[in-house]
Amino acid sequence: MLSFFITTPLIVLMILNLPFRSLMKRIVFVVGLSLALIQAVLVALAIFGFWDIYSIPVSPMLRFNIGVDNLSLLLLLCNGMVVFITMLVSRSFIEEGEKRFNFTSLLLLSFAGVNGIALARDIFSLYVFIEVVSISSFILICFNKDRDAFEGAFKYIILSAIATIFMLTSIALIFLVSGDMSFEAVRAALDNSAHTSLVLMAIGLFLCGFFIKAGVVPFHGWLADAYTSASAPVSVYLAGVSTKAVGVYALIRIVVTVFGFDTPINKVLLFAGALSVVVGAIATLTQTDFKRMLAYSSISQIGYIVLALGIATPLGIAAAAFHFFNHAVFKSLLFVNAATLEIATGTREMDKLGGLAQRMPVTGVTSALACLSIAGVPPLAGFWSKLLIIIALWSSAHYNYALIAALASLLTLGYMLLLQRKVFFGSVGDHLARIKEGEWNLIICAIILAAVTVGVGVLFPFNLCKLIIR
Amino acid sequence: MQINYTLNLFILVILVAAGLWTVMTRSLIRSAIGLALTSVILTLLMFRFDSWLVTVFELSVCAGLISVIFISTISLTEPLTKSEVLKHMKARLARFIYLPLLILVVGVGLSFIKVNLNFQLPVAEIEADARKVLWNMRDLDLLGQVVIIMTGIFGVIVLFREMRRK
Repeated sequence: MLSFFITTPLIVLMILNLPFRSLMKRIVFVVGLSLALIQAVLVALAIFGFWDIYSIPVSPMLRFNIGVDNLSLLLLLCNGMVVFITMLVSRSFIEEGEKRFNFTSLLLLSFAGVNGIALARDIFSLYVFIEVVSISSFILICFNKDRDAFEGAFKYIILSAIATIFMLTSIALIFLVSGDMSFEAVRAALDNSAHTSLVLMAIGLFLCGFFIKAGVVPFHGWLADAYTSASAPVSVYLAGVSTKAVGVYALIRIVVTVFGFDTPINKVLLFAGALSVVVGAIATLTQTDFKRMLAYSSISQIGYIVLALGIATPLGIAAAAFHFFNHAVFKSLLFVNAATLEIATGTREMDKLGGLAQRMPVTGVTSALACLSIAGVPPLAGFWSKLLIIIALWSSAHYNYALIAALASLLTLGYMLLLQRKVFFGSVGDHLARIKEGEWNLIICAIILAAVTVGVGVLFPFNLCKLIIR
Repeated sequence: MQINYTLNLFILVILVAAGLWTVMTRSLIRSAIGLALTSVILTLLMFRFDSWLVTVFELSVCAGLISVIFISTISLTEPLTKSEVLKHMKARLARFIYLPLLILVVGVGLSFIKVNLNFQLPVAEIEADARKVLWNMRDLDLLGQVVIIMTGIFGVIVLFREMRRK
């Protein structure tokens, strides 16, 4: 059954590329949307125990070396949800016909790639699927072919290539030591290896590779440009799932399953995480472009996930996974709102906006919910994950880091309120007097994501945490 | 033994030179040819190390298929004018001027690091049956690589075909 998550998008893509091109162009949007929605629903039901993901037998030809646990399910769920939202947002930005067909095809390839990352149980397979997602992301970033987009994509390609070199070198060194690629075999080999310096070098290279892909400080140079220059649906996809899958999820997976927690690794993760939290938050304060501000805020929030992972306790890992999910939801929501504003006002410069909550009530309210959630205000989802991170830091005697996390959260509240005030509060300027609420597809996206943020926050924090720990 | 070592070292130097030429050359077509040449030299090195399967893949995929894709893509792009080429060339030279020095420093630095190279590598099943390795053991990677190629094809369609139409 698991292999369907990888093969189905590819089979659908092949069918879409068969003759009857004009028919395929007409149905491509609905097909992509349905596929993502089906995955999100199936995985959500599997998480809550309504069906067994292993129960459907498949042909031996499709039995790959893959596996699933709750962390994988979380990524599969995020992937289904964010791709569904991206497809809906693309309806307003990518014109129907050839362009939308190509966009959906690329998105489906990336969708399969993220599913591959979630299910891989072998370091080389994980690397291959990371490359699938990275390559499709480069092309998606410069999809509109304007100068800024090419620049953003180029920066991403160069830094991503460096990350690739680091990862491949690390895989080669690990293979020298372990003689195998599967997670279990590598874990056993690393535990018993006499080549301590070589293993340490391999781990260091792998961590650097993941830090570049995730945009962790000081490897964050590409992230703001890529997020800002990409078209709105691509920004939603990058911030919601792509960067998280290739950088953050892969980092959690490799550290938890393969490398294990060792003092040097923990220290590096804690320091890099805390640095990202602070630098990202401070950089956010100086931004005037709505999307650029969200991009820097992403660096800070990814820092929280890395920081939580560095705690190396079950509670820390659970907090990292929970914040991973929450960030996918509220950051996608904020990028959807950025898209709505861009269409309605024609600008992303916050200084030119103001008072839009009166004209765009749904966008204003959902944006406020996302801002409060990202800042960790109860009872929204972001509050629980940040609380778990701070409790995990405190209970493992990392008092300084707990203080940094708490203070940076106040900083987050500050810049998010600043964003709300500049864009949605106050009086409406004359040039914005005729602005109306966004298109129906964008409103639906915002409402769905806001409902998830509120729903998870109010109903499920403890249950979700238990599921993640299990 | 000494002759073998010297020969391998000589091939390695040519490999680096071919790689540098690929990066530094003015024309994109020459750069693609340089990449193919680099792959061929790497193939030679792998052949000398008795890595047969790597040799076959490097020659067919990297020197063959990838070069064809590059040249097809380049043929879809607008060539630069002579003055533009010269301008880019100067910028490139300025960027890479310290590269040989960096390589030298890294090489000297690495020579001081003592690594225990006594690895017990598993006997490669490739020697027995490459099909078994590719289709039974690394089937997921093969699927992943098919997806990468498909992504590349869509990339070319999205980025170059529409440009050419314009």
